[in-house]
Amino acid sequence: MMTAKEYASLVEREDFVPAQNRDLGIDKVYSAQSFWKDALGRFVKNRGAVFGLVMIVLIVVMAFAGPTLSGYDYRTQDMSQRNLPPHIAGWESAPVFSGVYTQYVNGEPIRSNVYTQKGIEDVTHIFGTDALGRDQFARTWTGTRVSLYVALVAILIDTFVGMSFGLVSGYYGGKLDFFLQRIVEILSTIPTTVIVTLLIVVMKPGLTSITVALMITEWIGMSRVTRAQTLRLKEREFVLASRTLGESTFSIIFREILPNIFGQIIVMCMMTIPNAIFTEAFLAFIGLGIPAPLASLGSLISDGFKSMTMYPFLVLFPVTVLALLMLSFNLMADGLRDAFDPKMKEM
Amino acid sequence: MFKYVLKRVLISVVTVLIILAVLFTMLHSMPGSPFNDEKITAVQRANLEAKYGLDKPLPVQFVNYLKAMLSGDFGVSYVIQKNMPIASLLRARIMVSIRIGVQAVALGTLIGLLMGIVAAMKRNSFLDTFATVVSVIGVAFPSYVFAMAMSYFIGFRLGWLPLLYSTADAARSTVMPTISLSMFSMATVARFARTEMVEVMGSDYMLLADSKGISSFRLLGVHGLRNALIPIVTVLAPLTVELMTGSLVVEQIFAIPGIGSLLVSAIQFNDYNVVLAVVFVYSIMFISVMLIVDILYGVIDPRIRLAKEDAST
Repeated sequence: MMTAKEYASLVEREDFVPAQNRDLGIDKVYSAQSFWKDALGRFVKNRGAVFGLVMIVLIVVMAFAGPTLSGYDYRTQDMSQRNLPPHIAGWESAPVFSGVYTQYVNGEPIRSNVYTQKGIEDVTHIFGTDALGRDQFARTWTGTRVSLYVALVAILIDTFVGMSFGLVSGYYGGKLDFFLQRIVEILSTIPTTVIVTLLIVVMKPGLTSITVALMITEWIGMSRVTRAQTLRLKEREFVLASRTLGESTFSIIFREILPNIFGQIIVMCMMTIPNAIFTEAFLAFIGLGIPAPLASLGSLISDGFKSMTMYPFLVLFPVTVLALLMLSFNLMADGLRDAFDPKMKEM
Repeated sequence: MFKYVLKRVLISVVTVLIILAVLFTMLHSMPGSPFNDEKITAVQRANLEAKYGLDKPLPVQFVNYLKAMLSGDFGVSYVIQKNMPIASLLRARIMVSIRIGVQAVALGTLIGLLMGIVAAMKRNSFLDTFATVVSVIGVAFPSYVFAMAMSYFIGFRLGWLPLLYSTADAARSTVMPTISLSMFSMATVARFARTEMVEVMGSDYMLLADSKGISSFRLLGVHGLRNALIPIVTVLAPLTVELMTGSLVVEQIFAIPGIGSLLVSAIQFNDYNVVLAVVFVYSIMFISVMLIVDILYGVIDPRIRLAKEDAST
């Protein structure tokens, strides 16, 4: 043991310097922010999420304006202009959209400008034309509408079926919950591919049957999340208080519990969307998509794939739009999840 | 534990029964009958129906159907290969599909784990960002985007690998399908592995092990990885689903004679018997995987089992 004196001998006077003003730590006071403002701030800082949002807006705008911009519609055939490569009038010498068609014979490229050969340099087909001479630009964006429609359907199903199912199952508990959860368990044990395929084999392929297929499969994840959240919240004091005050069950579920889990619900909705879009594209690819002359991104990819080695541009554009759409929705879903629930980050 | 396993098994059995009931109903609601020939007289038809048991009441027919399906007798194909028993059609094709599926999972898990661990070790470095970008793309893009890109550039333009599957060159033919199918597994596993590793590395027992001075290899391999691996079981179920849908499309792109492409052509040719049989096989495979995963959860981590029992009662 050292005595106080011995300690003191270890300490030099030079060890101490008077405090400067800049060394003083002053607690920073943050102004109180509402949950939504907080979330918005976090979302805007996430570069991926903002990129996703901007891409989605762009794609939505193009889906509505694109077909008109091209000056063609998605179904008019022109047998004199079949399988034309991408071309914009006046861009003949540009590196892209020049109308040059490259054919590979034994790995050797043979280039020729189809538009100049045919004397139609003033014709613009930004994405080229398909085997029936239909403008691929108009078809791609019309097809994007189908994907966006599917996204919308997914959101509606999620909120109406999935959310209500989860809320009711979680809040009431007991026998009702037991029964509802068995339905969920059994439905989730049947592979989605199977349900969707069978359904479309029975019904005619088309938008209606795709919608019904999504209705059966897409709400399960949402119902699980809502149920878990409801179970967590229903024992809390504010719910008890409302019940004591005589608030009706309906009102407790939708006015007390629902606003508290809104963040998770939005996130879950966003996560369902890429799934739904993928399901449609997948169905179209295996020949269960919407019938011609209508187009969806999936059916365009499927058709284009058949002549991919000859006319790769027929696949390139729809695949790019689909991939961007899926990527953007995924990025945005991730961003929203991090924004609403920073603790969940990287789960 | 016993109660938990029993419940899982029961649910799986019920699900199989429900699927069979749906398939049976579909068979019966199809227009027409096998004996639609106008030349057949009423007596002959009655004889034929008696021979195939079609005169019995529906429940009896359903039980017979159950027996047949469960013993692997799926009937015969009508269109794809006339009068060929579907069971032998399937047998020839299922191995190809399984081979590619297993290869894809193995490759995806291996690379995904490596990526996840490296990303967790070197957090916020270039490698971490790279792994994140790859895993976002791997999850977001459907597997056919990779399949088509590879098939066009590597298969067609460069000619390095066969564009279409050939039985004579099976090993090289499976390279591109395997890689494109593995992208999703890789991305999911990488994401999971990174999260888990970051969490495990920050835990007290890792600090303790490190302060005891064991080698960093042992620290990572024995103490870190083993604990980080447990939750990766959770991605098995989504992986199977993805593999199944992915294989349908990828088999189509590379013309692989697997059950995925069989289902697609059966749908296109309206060969209902084949459709129902493949759908049944898919369901059985999926249900078994789900059952195994569920039971594994319980075995590996008692907390999950208890939480699940809590949540369901």
